[in-house]
Amino acid sequence: MTTTTFALYAPAAAPFFAALLALVLPWRPAAWAGMLAALSILASGVVLAVWVSADGALSAGPLRADALTVWMLLVIGAVAAIAAAATISYLRHETTTATRRATRRYLVLAQLFVACMSLAVLANNLGLLWVAVEATTIVTAFLVGHKRDRPSIEAAWKYVVLCSVGIAIAFLGTVCVYAASVAAGGHGITALDWTHLTATASSLNPDLIRLAAGLILLGFGTKAGLAPMHSWLPDAHSQAPAPVSALMSGVLLSVAMYAILRYRTITDTAIGPGYTRTLLLIAGLASLAVAAVLLIAQRDYKRLLAYSSIEHMGLVALGVAIGTKLAIAAALLHILGHGLAKAAAFAGAGQILRLTGSSHIDAIRGLTARAPALAGTYGIGVIALLGLPPFSLFASELGLARAGVTAGYGWAIAAAFTLILLAFIAIARHTTAMILGAPVPNPSPQSMTPDRVTTVMPLILALAVTAAIGITLGPLHHVLDAATAIAGGR
Amino acid sequence: MSAQISSQLLNVACGLFLLTAVGVLWRRQVSALITLLTVQGVALAAIAVILAEQHRSAEAATIAIGVGLLKAVVIPWMLRRVHQQLPDARETRPLVNVSTSLLAAAGLTLLAYSAARPLVALAPTASAKATPVGIAVILIGFFLAATRQRAISQIIGLLLVDNGIAAVAFLATGGVPLIVELGVSVDLALAVLVLQILTSHLHTAFGPTDLDELRELHD
Repeated sequence: MTTTTFALYAPAAAPFFAALLALVLPWRPAAWAGMLAALSILASGVVLAVWVSADGALSAGPLRADALTVWMLLVIGAVAAIAAAATISYLRHETTTATRRATRRYLVLAQLFVACMSLAVLANNLGLLWVAVEATTIVTAFLVGHKRDRPSIEAAWKYVVLCSVGIAIAFLGTVCVYAASVAAGGHGITALDWTHLTATASSLNPDLIRLAAGLILLGFGTKAGLAPMHSWLPDAHSQAPAPVSALMSGVLLSVAMYAILRYRTITDTAIGPGYTRTLLLIAGLASLAVAAVLLIAQRDYKRLLAYSSIEHMGLVALGVAIGTKLAIAAALLHILGHGLAKAAAFAGAGQILRLTGSSHIDAIRGLTARAPALAGTYGIGVIALLGLPPFSLFASELGLARAGVTAGYGWAIAAAFTLILLAFIAIARHTTAMILGAPVPNPSPQSMTPDRVTTVMPLILALAVTAAIGITLGPLHHVLDAATAIAGGR
Repeated sequence: MSAQISSQLLNVACGLFLLTAVGVLWRRQVSALITLLTVQGVALAAIAVILAEQHRSAEAATIAIGVGLLKAVVIPWMLRRVHQQLPDARETRPLVNVSTSLLAAAGLTLLAYSAARPLVALAPTASAKATPVGIAVILIGFFLAATRQRAISQIIGLLLVDNGIAAVAFLATGGVPLIVELGVSVDLALAVLVLQILTSHLHTAFGPTDLDELRELHD
C-alpha cells in the first residue's frame, strides 16, 4: 500500500477503527481513541494539503482528494477533535446515570458518523457521495434520540423522516445526472465520477441537468438546513447530546453544502450559473429571514445556537450563489470559522446544561458568578459567532459583503445584512442575559459540579484558532485559493 | 423472448407498479398496505429483470435479483414486525378522505408526465417512455406521507418514494451502477430498521397516538 493510498483512506478508516474499538473497550479509552481518530483526520488533511499543492489532485480507487476535499477534511478533523474533547467531559458525568450499553452505542455511532462525513468529502463518485451523506442520517438518528425522552424521540423521528425524504430527492437528482451522463457516452460506474462529469459537462443534456440541479439543491439543501426545508434542524440540534450537536452543526451542514458545491461546478458548465444562483439566493435569504425572526423570541439556548446555524448556512449559500472568486473563498472560510466557533459554543452549551439542568434562557442568569471560566468561554464563542473581530467569521462576512457589492448583488447583501443585524441583536441580548444578569436566587442541585478550567481548555483553544485564522490564514491561504478555484470561483 | 413480448411485459409491470401505489391510497388497513407494497416490490423487480434481459447485462440481472429480495421480502417482513408490535394501529387515519386522495393521485400522475419530459426526450425508447410512472409513484408517496397520521404510514410513504426513484433509475438508465445500488439498498434497509426501532420508542414515549401528538418541540 502506497503512502498516497494510506493518506486517502486514513480519514475514513481511523474513525471506523475507533468505532470498532468502542465496541470492546471501556468508555474512557474508547473516547480517547475517538480523539486520536479526529487528530489523524487532521494529520491526513495536512499531509494531503502539502501533496495536493504540489500535484493538484490525488486518487486511489474510489477516493480522490483535491484542495476542496482537503479544506473540508481540515474542517471535519478540527470539529471532530473539539467534539471528542467534549465527549470525554460529557461521558464523565453521563456514565453515572446512563447504562453502559447506551454509552457504548453513543461512542460507536459518533465515530461512524465522523467516518461517513470523511467518506462523503473523499468520494470521487457522486453516487458514493450520496450514499455517505444518507448514511450520516442513519447513524445520527439514535444519537439525536439518545436521551430517550419524549422531546428527543420526537426530534429523532422528524429528523429521519424529513432528511430521508430530502435526501431521496437528491438521489432522484443523481439519477438524472447519471441518465444525462450515460446519454452523453458515459459508461458504468465512471459515468457518475465527478472528474468525468466536469470533463464532459458541456455535452450533457441541458434540460435534464436543469431538472437535476433543482432536485439536488432541494435534496442536499434539506440536509444543509436551508429554509424552507429547515424545520427538522432546531429540533435535532437541540435534542442531541452537545458533542453530537457540535458535529451536526459544525460540519454535517457544511458537508451537505460541499455536495452542492461539487454539483454546481457541473451545472455551471452545462446550463450556466443563472438557474442555481437564483435558487440559492432565494434559499439563502429565506434562511436568514427565518433565523432572524425565530431568534428574537427564542427561549432555549440550544435552539438559539441551532437557528444561528441556519443563519450561517444561509450566508454560505449566498456566497455560493454570488459565485465570484472572493465570494466562494469567503463562503469556504465561513464554513471553517463557523465550524470551529459553533462546535465550541455547542460544547459550552452542553456544559451549561449539565451545570444548571435547564436549557431555558430564563433559567440561566448570572452564569459568571457561578462558573466564570465556562461563562467566559461560552460568551467568547457567541461573540465569534456574531461575527465580531478578530474572529475569522468577521473576515469572511466582510469578504462576502464586498464580493456581493462588486458582483452587482448589492440589494441581496443589503437585505442579508439587515437580517444579520436583527439576529445579532437577538443573540447578543439573550446571551448577555444568560452570562451577566442577576443570579438566580435558588440554584438547582446539579450545580454541585465544579467549574473546571480543564473542561473548557479545548474550547478556548478552538476559539483561539478561530481568532488566529481571522488575523492571518498563513499556510492555509494556498489551500483556500486552490479550493476556491476548484469550486468554480472566477 | 421477442422484443414485442418483452416490451408488453414491461408495460404490464409498469402498470402494476403504478396501480399498487394508487391502491395504497385507497386501502386503509395497514396489513393491506404492506401486501400492496410487496406486490409493488415484485413489479419493480420484474421491471428490472425485463430490462436486464433486454440489455443482456449480467450486472443488471444481479441488481434486479437483489432489489427484488430487498423490496419484496426483507422490507415487507420488517414492516410486518412493526405492525405486530403495535396492535392498536391497524388502520391509517387519513387527513384527506379516500376519494379526494384518488383524485389527487390522478392529478399527480398528470403532473408526473409533464415533469418527466426531459427524461423521456433524452432517449425515446419504450422503457424511457415509461419513466413518468416512476415519477408519479414518487409524488403519490409524498402525498401519502403528508396526509396520513400514523407513523407506519409515513414509513410506507417513504418507501413508495424510494420505489419510484428506483423505477426511474431502471427505466431511464437501465439502473445505476452496482456499487451505487448496493450502497443505496443498504442505506434504505438501515433507514427502515431505524424507523422501525424509533416507532417502538415513539410508542413507549407517547402511547398509542397519532403523529399529531408530536408537539413537544416548537417555537
